[in-house]
Amino acid sequence: MSTNMMQTEIEGILRDAFAPTRLEVINDSAKHSGHSGHDGSGESHFTVVIESAAFAGMSRLQRHRKVIAALGDIPGQRVHALAIKALAPGEST
Amino acid sequence: MMVNVTSSGTQRPLRRNSQTDEIPTMSAEEQIKDTVTTNDVVLFMKGTKAMPQCGFSNHVVGVLTTIGVEFQDVDVLADPEIRQGIKNYSDWPTIPQLYVKGEFVGGCDIISEMTMSGELDALLDKSGVSYSKEAAKKIRDANG
Repeated sequence: MSTNMMQTEIEGILRDAFAPTRLEVINDSAKHSGHSGHDGSGESHFTVVIESAAFAGMSRLQRHRKVIAALGDIPGQRVHALAIKALAPGEST
Repeated sequence: MMVNVTSSGTQRPLRRNSQTDEIPTMSAEEQIKDTVTTNDVVLFMKGTKAMPQCGFSNHVVGVLTTIGVEFQDVDVLADPEIRQGIKNYSDWPTIPQLYVKGEFVGGCDIISEMTMSGELDALLDKSGVSYSKEAAKKIRDANG
């Protein structure tokens, strides 16, 4: 069974929290098939690319903390791995 | 120092005394604080630097090793109290976690980004930690 419930949930939370000017939530789970964090749900590994004016003037650590805080118990518990790229408008990836 | 690494790189659980195998009276938090303040660079990771057990831990070990940074590894899988304790200590939910001079720097993404931007070089310079500038530049040239 394959669903994208987690992806949708992450997208919804981040849209509400940061009003992003760019948001990509990429499911990387298939790339990690067979290693310890891969739980068979198909939704264990994600990459988030988010651009928001909310991140202007913040350090990388502060941005990551904001994203992680918004996502509550998802990073590290409900999702094994969440890669985050948090940008302010005008910054390049 | 509480962490005990043998020449083969095998690491005992952080909180056990290497001689008696008894759990010392220090709390997990005290042990963590002791470790990050008595070592210039500490990586809390899954597995050991000789045998990482997770791709993200492996990645950070690879960066540090490639640029020649001496660091202390702590295997969180060896002690559930350290595994939870380090997350509380930094208020950061994931492993690996890198500390330089007692300060939490970040996890895999942040270390990767800082390597590419040169911020990691600047942090190591500022902290008086020796590393190879040429190797750091090579990583940037290869991935830039």
